[in-house]
Amino acid sequence: MSRLSSSGPQTADAPTPEDAFHETATLDDRARGPQRGTEADGPMLAADGTPLKKSLARALRAQKLRALALIAPLLIFVLVTFIAPIADMLFRSVENQIVRDTLPRTSAALATWDAESGDLPPDSAFEALYSDLFLAAEARRHTRLGQRLNYENTGMSSLFRGTGRDVDDFGEANVEMLEDLDDRWEEAEFWISMTSGTGGAAVLDAARERFIRLDDLSTRGPLGDAWCGVKGVFGAPCAVSAEDVDLGFTLSGDFAETFPRTAEAYAEFAVFMAIEEEETVADDEPWEAVYVALDRDLRALSPEELAAYDGPEAEALRAAQAALADVPPVDFRAAFVASDEDWGTVEPWRTIRTYAPPYTTGYFLNAVDMQKTPDGPALRDEDERIYGLLFQRTLFMSLMITFSCILLGYPVAWLLANLPMRTANLLMILVLLPFWTSLLVRTSAWKVMLQQQGVINDVLVWLGLVADDGRLIMINNQFGTIVAMTHILLPFMILPLYSVMQTIPPSYMRAAKSLGATPLTAFRRVYFPQTVPGIGAGSILVFILAIGYYITPEIVGGTTGTFISNRIAYHISSSLNWGLAAALGSILLVVVLVLYWAYDKIVGIDNVKLGG
Amino acid sequence: MNLAKTLMASTALTVAAGALAAQDMESPVAGEPMIDSMTLVSWGGAYQNSQQKAYVEPYIEMNPEVSATWDESSNEAVAKLRAMAEAGNITWDLVDVVASDAIRLCDEGLAMEVDHDDILKPAPDGTDASDDFGDLIVSDCFIPQIVYSTTFGYRTDMVPEGVDAPDSVCDVWDTETYPGKRSLERRPINNMEWALYCDGVAKDEIYDVLATEEGQDRALDKLDEIKDDVIWWSAGADTPQLLADGEVFMGSTYNGRLFSVIEEQDQPVGMLWDMQVFDLDGWIIPEDLEEAELNRVLDFLWFATDTQRLADQSAYISYGPARESSAPLVSTHAELGIEMAPHMPTDPDNAENTLLYNYEFWADYRDDIDAKFQAWLAQ
Repeated sequence: MSRLSSSGPQTADAPTPEDAFHETATLDDRARGPQRGTEADGPMLAADGTPLKKSLARALRAQKLRALALIAPLLIFVLVTFIAPIADMLFRSVENQIVRDTLPRTSAALATWDAESGDLPPDSAFEALYSDLFLAAEARRHTRLGQRLNYENTGMSSLFRGTGRDVDDFGEANVEMLEDLDDRWEEAEFWISMTSGTGGAAVLDAARERFIRLDDLSTRGPLGDAWCGVKGVFGAPCAVSAEDVDLGFTLSGDFAETFPRTAEAYAEFAVFMAIEEEETVADDEPWEAVYVALDRDLRALSPEELAAYDGPEAEALRAAQAALADVPPVDFRAAFVASDEDWGTVEPWRTIRTYAPPYTTGYFLNAVDMQKTPDGPALRDEDERIYGLLFQRTLFMSLMITFSCILLGYPVAWLLANLPMRTANLLMILVLLPFWTSLLVRTSAWKVMLQQQGVINDVLVWLGLVADDGRLIMINNQFGTIVAMTHILLPFMILPLYSVMQTIPPSYMRAAKSLGATPLTAFRRVYFPQTVPGIGAGSILVFILAIGYYITPEIVGGTTGTFISNRIAYHISSSLNWGLAAALGSILLVVVLVLYWAYDKIVGIDNVKLGG
Repeated sequence: MNLAKTLMASTALTVAAGALAAQDMESPVAGEPMIDSMTLVSWGGAYQNSQQKAYVEPYIEMNPEVSATWDESSNEAVAKLRAMAEAGNITWDLVDVVASDAIRLCDEGLAMEVDHDDILKPAPDGTDASDDFGDLIVSDCFIPQIVYSTTFGYRTDMVPEGVDAPDSVCDVWDTETYPGKRSLERRPINNMEWALYCDGVAKDEIYDVLATEEGQDRALDKLDEIKDDVIWWSAGADTPQLLADGEVFMGSTYNGRLFSVIEEQDQPVGMLWDMQVFDLDGWIIPEDLEEAELNRVLDFLWFATDTQRLADQSAYISYGPARESSAPLVSTHAELGIEMAPHMPTDPDNAENTLLYNYEFWADYRDDIDAKFQAWLAQ
């Protein structure tokens, strides 16, 4: 036994796993004989020579894994069908790839532009916007971007829609010039022969990548990618694999080097035809943007440089260069301003630049009544602030509803717990009956009860308590919402209270009274403290349900009785500003979690009981 | 204002010379493979019923193998369609939406662009569909069905004695002469226009004024005058109910709802057509339908939007057919037997002073003005 004590002090009287641990170790040591026996503080070893701690941990790990495997189906189910979609939705509150994916060249061109200088961006930005917008308009993605930017700057929606309609005609004169010069410019085969070759694969890959980003915005960030993987399992993959697309031609490296803009535009045209139209470049002449790009490239080359080019159709290119000298270059700036004079102002450009990064705080700022300004985030004008007010109101009203539920539910639960079984059961049915009725029916019933020509007002007028022209306003305001929601949520308070109260033996109260307590003291000191876990459970249930309610406030809340959830619903289903809705939802979730944490700190979540 | 002209013209009783050739035309997809079931999305209630009676049932009678399922989701069609598209699983075949939603769906790339002359039947006199619908085709994705309007109804029995019934939209603001609550829709659209109009802004300048900060404040100030007397509605059924209960003296809603309160339910309610706001409702085809699905939809549309079918619809609900050529064919209510033409929002007597929903303006300003409006409401 002397060796046992040397392995550490034993404090507990009863045998514990720890004891067994030490016991094994000691026995083990003893069996190994004197050579190790002297080292009392060395690591204890299992029979196979591994440290005992390790071997035990391994045994436990196997057990844990088994347990995990048992709950794995449920865990995976919850993750896939509940956590992932919610995370995916909340992620929208920061993601903003749409600007960069739709206008990559413009975003790049604007990166060096000083938005605060008051000057318009350089010509290169206008040109970049032309090529971005042209492709976006063909793929019908520009209006979606317009809607996105319209949340930040009113007017962007029609600006993009309108210019998207006109963008085909930019540089019309130069396009016609080329087409008139030689009929072959309008032939698909001519273009293929001019651009075909090898070595231009990189340009084609870039175009593929670019178009897939533009066309499929459902892959968003790492989370979006993971989510797409999950969806892929169920047969609805998010994106077309870039490698699967047959373009019907290969690009010449020489051509791409000499005519970079044209190669890029033609590659995008080819990808568009292949993915969107399921055709190839051989089926149609290129779109206008390719001609405009060629015009730009030909002007950028000196005649000597072009003379050195010996690719296919070099003669035609030289003829085109000579002919294009007679028409002025495409003035993108003038074309944009002619399409919509707003392009001649700084505002739209500033908006594009501000929202070019792939992630934004804009939605969250908006959700707390702030906005991005040149000097950083600032509060909105007073007449546009709404969310702070709504958050406050939501919290206040949810608390009011919770307290009303406690006040009304407590006596009912006490009655249920203390009446004879027969009567209690009948009462219980009365509590549960509204619970089984449709939410809408209950809410609408309150409307009938509370409105000015409603039952309660009619009775009051009949009794002569209020004058006919002084009927009480009890609905379409906070009062209406609190009344209706208290009624709807009352069972969630009564049921936990009832199940806790049922377990309190009546003898406690009798004992308190027999020891001289007044009924009030006995209730306060003996009965009430034992019901606190029930109140806790009921309050959490009611409060968390109340904070997310929106149907009832929508119907009976009028203007002063609506919740933040009504705005979230509006942004999800009406304004389609899902980013803002996600930001508001995230804030609401955080508020609830913080309150839950505070509750745990103050009351202690262990004190919550849902049943006896 | 071409739309106005088209609307007016559509009620002029010009009897079309019967070029019957157009009537016998087969749909452009006849004979192609088609699926036998359709999921149609509409608004539920009396409107969906009018569609069911006027063209879905007749279509199924002609094609007994086809079955149609209704989904009453038009209210949230844009959000749901977007969610379906993101999930890669669109389950709808044909969706009924208001024009502003059609424009948004088109903008989002969720609705299919169509060539109206290719997929819609010409008028009986041979006029192309695009001319027959005229300016009501407000988007390349939108196939109009009906013209409706948002206007006011009032309790005839609550008009004070010795006072004429209200005949101007500005009587909404006149709480001295016409005491009692009003009900207005809980959104800026229409309310802001009426407020500016009654604040003295000329009708053709309303949207110019509303585009400015001052104009928006001016409209809200005007609405402030009656803020305490207003019950704000969000569902089309609210105002008819509030009127029937006597909760409000007057309120705005869709003219078809008022028709049913007045004529079908016989309530003491009168119509106030002044400054009614015209709007459109119609079909869109979701983008990326399977070919067999699309063929079925096109075959159905060919039938369901022809001149006779649109005229038939007005026998069940008091909304004006979107085709000019349907107007002369509007007859009597299917059950009540009353003439429907005088109940159409487009009837010349009703359309003396009207406003057109400005789609372009609201597409731009909706978010901005709505934020202001809701902040104003919440204060």
